[in-house]
This record gives sequence, structure tokens and C-alpha cells, in this order.
Amino acid sequence: MGERVFTVAELTARVKAQLEDSFPAVWVEGEISNLRSPSSGHAYFTLKDDLAQLRCVLFRSRGRRVRFELADGLQVLVFGGLDVYAARGEYQLVVELVEPKGLGALQLAFEQLKRKLEAEGLFDQARKRPLPRFPRTIGIVTSPTGAALRDMLHIIARRFGELRVLVAPVRVQGEGAPLEIVEALGDLGEVGELDVVIVGRGGGSIEDLWAFNDERVARAIAACPVPVISAVGHETDFTIADFVADLRAPTPSGAAELVVREKLHVIRDLVDLYARLTQAIHSQVEQARERSRFLARRRVLTEPSRPLRDWHRRVDDLGARLRAAARAHRRQVAHRVALATNVLSSLHPLARISQGQAVLGQLRGRLVAAGGHSIKASRHRFETSVGRLQSLSPLAVLGRGYSVTRLPSGAVVRRAGETRAGDGLEILLHEGALDARVERVRERDERHQV
Amino acid sequence: MSDIKFEDALQRLERIVDQLEAGSLALEESLKVFEEGVGLARHCARYLDEAEKRIELLTRDESGTLKMEPFPVTEDEGE
Repeated sequence: MGERVFTVAELTARVKAQLEDSFPAVWVEGEISNLRSPSSGHAYFTLKDDLAQLRCVLFRSRGRRVRFELADGLQVLVFGGLDVYAARGEYQLVVELVEPKGLGALQLAFEQLKRKLEAEGLFDQARKRPLPRFPRTIGIVTSPTGAALRDMLHIIARRFGELRVLVAPVRVQGEGAPLEIVEALGDLGEVGELDVVIVGRGGGSIEDLWAFNDERVARAIAACPVPVISAVGHETDFTIADFVADLRAPTPSGAAELVVREKLHVIRDLVDLYARLTQAIHSQVEQARERSRFLARRRVLTEPSRPLRDWHRRVDDLGARLRAAARAHRRQVAHRVALATNVLSSLHPLARISQGQAVLGQLRGRLVAAGGHSIKASRHRFETSVGRLQSLSPLAVLGRGYSVTRLPSGAVVRRAGETRAGDGLEILLHEGALDARVERVRERDERHQV
Repeated sequence: MSDIKFEDALQRLERIVDQLEAGSLALEESLKVFEEGVGLARHCARYLDEAEKRIELLTRDESGTLKMEPFPVTEDEGE
């Protein structure tokens, strides 16, 4: 069989048929890149992973169903069928569904819108308006048949005040809900005389509450001319509407309670005010009466001559007090002057010099005294020493009449027998000495015999 | 006096009480203000008793103009 030669169109048609038949409905996972959204409303992007790329198109009619914003870098799962565009020899995935990977689509949409509006400052605390204390006209945007409205009306009916409630009925879930809510807010704004608006619904799934995460609803709440309270679902449900609203109520009933004050509280306030009012005027009137009574009792009115005497006495009295005060004052001043003078003179340079000199003189005196004392003491010590020396000297006894006899050899003679007649002797006296010669030797002398 | 807002009346009353308690007014002035205060308190009390509630439904007619009609309050038995 001979080689079959295709035309380009023929081959492309075969490829198209094969591809489109083989992949009519597939899930593909990848990262969005090269996202383009021309004014046609269709979205074109490339789905890529590390190894390959796939062209994708999301037509406007399908794109409306995607709850979050497509963005480059987003990891997604797309569902669709392959399509070959013969004219350019290209194939692409025609996307039916897009789901973010990881987060749920709704969760992602919520986060995206929240970030966006927050960046615009729509959630700023400074934008929040205070609620009126006693609103007269309350607008409520909710389902006319829901339990939420019933609960709110119930509470409002039980509570205080002459009130007008304007219910703007809307669907609170499903496709058309956001637009209806936006329009209802606009209508209420048109009515005027409105004091506050409650927007809300009862509890439900995240899908049920979704209208309150709609960007248009959020902007309509922000644009409302009067304060808006959001009351969506239960206490644990948070919607974008809650962030934009001036006040978030945990539930619809909670919103009604916030708006309309407890009658008993108001009555109590009023009773209290009334009590204070009468008390204040009573005490003021009482004071006035007391004053007039006091004035009526004054002597000047009862005894006209009296005041003059009183005045005299007062003048005397004051005069005496004045003089006493003057004296005391003078004394005080004199004392202070003396004190100051003392201080001053002690600070005078001459005074300081003489003070220094006095100190100097004193020091010198002490120095001299210390010197003199030590000389005298030395002399005294010297004299005592000499005295003691003298008393110990063997010669000292000579003063009392004793004498010392020595041989020419210098030996002291203690016994007569140590000498012979004719020996020369030296006799030391207290003063002077005698050179003598022995006449006779008496070995015993009866004077010594006692 | 009768068409003064409750909130305004209450605020005025509060101011009057503060003034009187401060004792800064002359006696004649005090008495005048006191009378006004009593009137306001009476007005507020009457307002409390009236407590009329009007509930209306805001809709649009065929021509698209806003209209208000009484809200059909159906007394249901319990929640």
C-alpha cells in the first residue's frame, strides 16, 4: 500500500477528532500563569507545572460561576474538555469549572474580598458611625418570611418607644439575593427619615449566607447614609457584611436588642432624672428661703441704731489687730535682718582673713607649747638620771663623812691588817684627798665590838 | 413640645438637671428651667406609655415607585 499523504486540514481534523473524543471531560491540576481577561469577559490563561504547559480558556458564561478571583500563581484544579483550534493548529482546554487547590473556593473568595476591601479602608474603625440612642424609624433588610424578621419584630414590639419599622423584603440566598439586598438598601436610603438599618438573615450553611459575602452588598452597606447593623446567621458566622457594617450583631434578635432600648431602663433613667430635677429645685428654693429668713433677722432691720456701735467696735478691734500685726511683723523683720547680717559678715573676706589668722596663731601656740614641753621634759629626765647616778656613786657616801683609804697600789683598804706602820696611804674625802702615813696598826678595834 | 423627639427631650432634660444641680442659675431662671424640665419629663413619660409600633412593608408598584403598606403581622404560636 502506498504512503497516504494528508492535507494539513485532514490531519488536523483527525487530530481534533481524536483529541476531543479522548478528552471530553478531564480534571487537570496546575498553576495559573499568563492570565488575560480582555473586555469580552472571557479569561485566557496557561496552566503549567514543572514540565509542561496547557492553554486554557474560561468563557464568560462559565466564568460567572467561579466564586473567587483567578490570579497568576494560583494553584487550581480545572475541569473541562480539550478543543483543537484548527485555524492555528493549537489545542486548548475549554474550562467548565475551576476550584482552588487546598482552600475551598468560597473560603478563598472570602479571603480575597476581605483583603481587598480592607486595603480600601472599608473596615476602618474610624468609618463606624454610632447608633442613635432612640431611633424612631428602623429599616430592616431581610426575608419577609424568615424567622429572623419574626424574632426581630417580636423584640421590637416588646420594647420601648414609638417606632416605625420599615421592612424591605429581599431574598437572602440564591443567585439574585445580592442584587436585591443592594436595591433594598438603596430604597431605604430614598425613603429618608431613617435612623438605622438592620441587614441580616437567620443561620444557614456558608453557601446560604453567601449573599452577605458579595462585594456589591458590602459596598452598598458602606454607602448607606445611616448606620447599618449586620445580623447574619449565628454568633460564629462572620461575613464581609459584618466587617463593613457600623456594628455587627451576633444574631438578628441581638440586632433588635441593640437598636431598641429596654423600656425598663429608659423608665428608670427618666424616674431618676425627675427625682434629681425636683431635688435640685427644692434645695435651691430652700436656700433662697433660708437667706431671706436670715436677712430678715439681721439687727439692721430690727434695731437701726445698733449697726453704728458695731461698726465702732469693729474699727477699734481692727485697729488693735493691725497694730499688733505690724509689731509682730517688725520683730520678725528685725530678726531676719540680724540673721542675714551675721551670715553676711561671716562671709566677708576680711572676716575670713582674721579668722584664718586666729587659727594660725592658735596653731603656732600649740606648736611652741609642744616644743617647750619636750625640752623641759628632757631636762627633767636628765636631772633625775644624774641624781640617780650620783646616789649610786660610791663617792656619794663621802658626803656623809665617810672616806676611802687606798694603798699606793690603788687597792682599797678594808682591814687594818692590810697595812703596816710606815706605809703611805691615800685617803679620799668628800672634797679633796689626803696623803698620809700609817703610825700604828691595830688589828682589832674595840669600837667595832657591839 | 409634643413633636419634639424623645431623644432630644431626654437630652434637654439631662442638661436642665445638670444646670440646676450646679446651682449656678438665679432663682427666677431656676424656676423657669425647672418648669420646662417637668414638662419634658411628662412628655417623655407620655411617650413611654404610648409606645405605638407601626410596621410597614416597603415595596415598589408596577410603575416602579416606592410604596409602603402595613406589614401583615401574623401571630404565630411559638418558634
